[in-house]
This record gives sequence, C-alpha cells and structure tokens, in this order.
Amino acid sequence: MPKGQTQFAPQNGIMHGFANPARFLRIATWLTPLLLVSGLVLGMGALGWAWFNYPPDRLMGDSVKILPLHVATAWLGMGGWMSIAIASLVELVWRHPLAAIAARASAVPGAVFTFVCLATGSIWGRPTWGTWWVWDGRLTSMLVLLFLYFGYIALSGALAREGASTRIAAIFGLVGAINIPIINRSVVWWNSLHQPPSITMGNSAIDPAFLYPLLICTLGFSLLFGGVVLARMRTILAEVQAEARLRRKAMQAAEGF
Amino acid sequence: MTTGIKPKHQRLVLLVIALVALLGAGLLAAWALRNQANYFYLPQEIVADAPAPDEAVRLGGMVETGSIRTDADGITVHFIVGDGAARVPVRFTGIVPALFVEDSGVVAEGSMGTDGTFIASNLLAKHDENYMPSELEGMSREEVREQVEATVL
Repeated sequence: MPKGQTQFAPQNGIMHGFANPARFLRIATWLTPLLLVSGLVLGMGALGWAWFNYPPDRLMGDSVKILPLHVATAWLGMGGWMSIAIASLVELVWRHPLAAIAARASAVPGAVFTFVCLATGSIWGRPTWGTWWVWDGRLTSMLVLLFLYFGYIALSGALAREGASTRIAAIFGLVGAINIPIINRSVVWWNSLHQPPSITMGNSAIDPAFLYPLLICTLGFSLLFGGVVLARMRTILAEVQAEARLRRKAMQAAEGF
Repeated sequence: MTTGIKPKHQRLVLLVIALVALLGAGLLAAWALRNQANYFYLPQEIVADAPAPDEAVRLGGMVETGSIRTDADGITVHFIVGDGAARVPVRFTGIVPALFVEDSGVVAEGSMGTDGTFIASNLLAKHDENYMPSELEGMSREEVREQVEATVL
C-alpha cells in the first residue's frame, strides 16, 4: 500500500484507510481457496492416516491416535494469539490499515483451535491420567488463553459496532501475549500432571511413526488457519465498504435536499 | 517533531519498552509462583517437610520398579514413590488407572498417615514425554533411547 494511503484522519475511523485495498483483495481472492483446500486435504489426510495407521502406543494403546489433533490444535491455538499480537504491533506502530482487520480475523479461528485442544486433551486425559480435568499449570493457562480469546472477540466486536478506535483491542492483544510463554514454560517451571515437552530444540521424544503425521497435520492446520483468516478479512472489508457506501449515499441524499 | 525522530519510530521504541517491561513483569510473577503453582509435591519435599496427618496433599513421582504389591483383598495396592532423592511408601484402595505401572509417573491424592505411609484416596497416572509403538517394547532401554534420540527434527 502506498505510503500516503496509510494515513487517515481519526474521526473517519478505519473507513478511509482502505478505501482501496485492491492489491490485498486481488491476492486474497485466489489465495483463500488455495489455502483452505490444501489445508483441509493435508490436515484431514494426516488425521485420517493417524486414525487408521497409527500403531498402538507402548503404554496408552490406541488412544495415541488423538495425538496429532491435540498437539496441532494446541500449537495453532497459541499461534493464533501470536498472530493477533504481531498484527496489533504492526497496527500500533506502522498504522497499517489491514493490521487491525487481520488481528480481528485471527481471533475466532484461534479460539476454535484452543477449544478443540482443550476438548481433545480432556478426552485423552480420562483414559490416560484417569481424570477429565485437573487444575495444573498447563491446563489452567490454556483455559486462560480461551477466555482471553473470548474477551478479545467481544471487545473487538464491540469496538467495530460502535465505530471506536481499534487500538484498544490492539493493546489487549499485545498484553494478552504474556500468556503464551507462560503456557509454553508451565510444564517446566511447575510440577504438573501434563507431560513436559516432547519436542524441544531439534529433538523429539516422539517415535517417527507418530511424529510425521503430527507435523503434516500442523502444516495443514496452519494453511487452514491462513485461509480462514483471509476469508474473514475479506468479509470484514466488505462490511466496512458497504457501510461506507451507505454513509456516502445518505450524505449525498441529504445534500440533495 | 522537533527532535527529528519519526513518530513511527517513536511509537516503535515506546511500544518495545512497554512490551519488555510487561514481559519482564509477567515472567517475574510466574517465576515467583513456582513454589505455589506446583500441582504436587515431590517425595523429597514430603520427607523434608512432612504435612500434617490430616492435611490433603498430592504426592508425585516415579513408581519404583518391583515395589507394587497387591493385598489379598485384590484392590489395596502398596507401592513406593521415589524421585531419586527420597522414597515414600503409598497405600491405595480402589481401581488404579490403566497407565499405572512400575517405573512410570504417578500423582497420588491423599494425606500422610501417622506411620509414614501416604494414604492415597485417588491415583492419577502421569504419562512422560516419550511416545513409541508397542513393537519397540521388547527392546532394551538403551536401544529404545537410541531409537528415540535418532528422531531428530
């Protein structure tokens, strides 16, 4: 986007900034279906492979089949908030008009991934640990992430409805990012029922038979996340443009009289 | 702007300082919680600072190899939980989780008995970070470790 276009008068809200987000839309038009289809194929393929071909684990047996779904959604749940935080930083510093839209668009898919992670973890915990839920560091901090998503979705939605500045949501997105390293370190700092990390810098304690479907599933879910974010960005842009057009028409009609 | 710094850069610097301060505060708080936010006590902590006999605590550690003994009633198990530094005998009556095996992690909920035995009212199995198919089970621990360590991303 040319430099001059990123500046806009605050009283006009975000309407002015992307009166012409043409280049983004041109790319998103073909990139969205590409990401959605390839993400679905890779993600569902990896999950199907795990379901039918995972060998039983030495201790937990067939319940290890849930591993790729649980771990990939956990990573994407945290990755979703990281993309909110990065987009918020870009919005606050560079005032890029698409950044606020990207942050808002990342919230719902991120929350869905976090919810799936918590649900599959609970289902996995019953046969493995002998309990659906415990309040240890990892589980609690992940639940906090889900509540942060709910708060962010409510806040950004309310700001958009009232036409208020999206910078409040951006600050919330940045402050909430403090939870991500806490989730990551929770099993290292504190004794927890949840296992310590299986995959650390360059090393994996997960057998290749279990690992590769997990990595492919993560790639697929990442593409899927990108596709959903682009689709939601286009929707938000269309809504904003429709509203701007309505306002312009109303102004013209008022001037006509 | 008289200082010659672009507002964009000023915002970036201010935001980075704010984020570093926030991150520092958050991590400091989480670090300070490290003794309060533990889900269970290790055997050495239980031994060093024994809880009152009726105080509800959780004890977590490894089930010692060869220590599981089942009573004649079939549902009361005795075993020893250790962490390499201390050992605590545990008694539990009930159905144990499927992953409760020797040389594996366990979290016992209950309280310390007067005779130094931990009376567990509930057992949770703690799975470690290793995942391997059951075909590898016949391998020695060394072979398994090699197999697992060969899996480098």
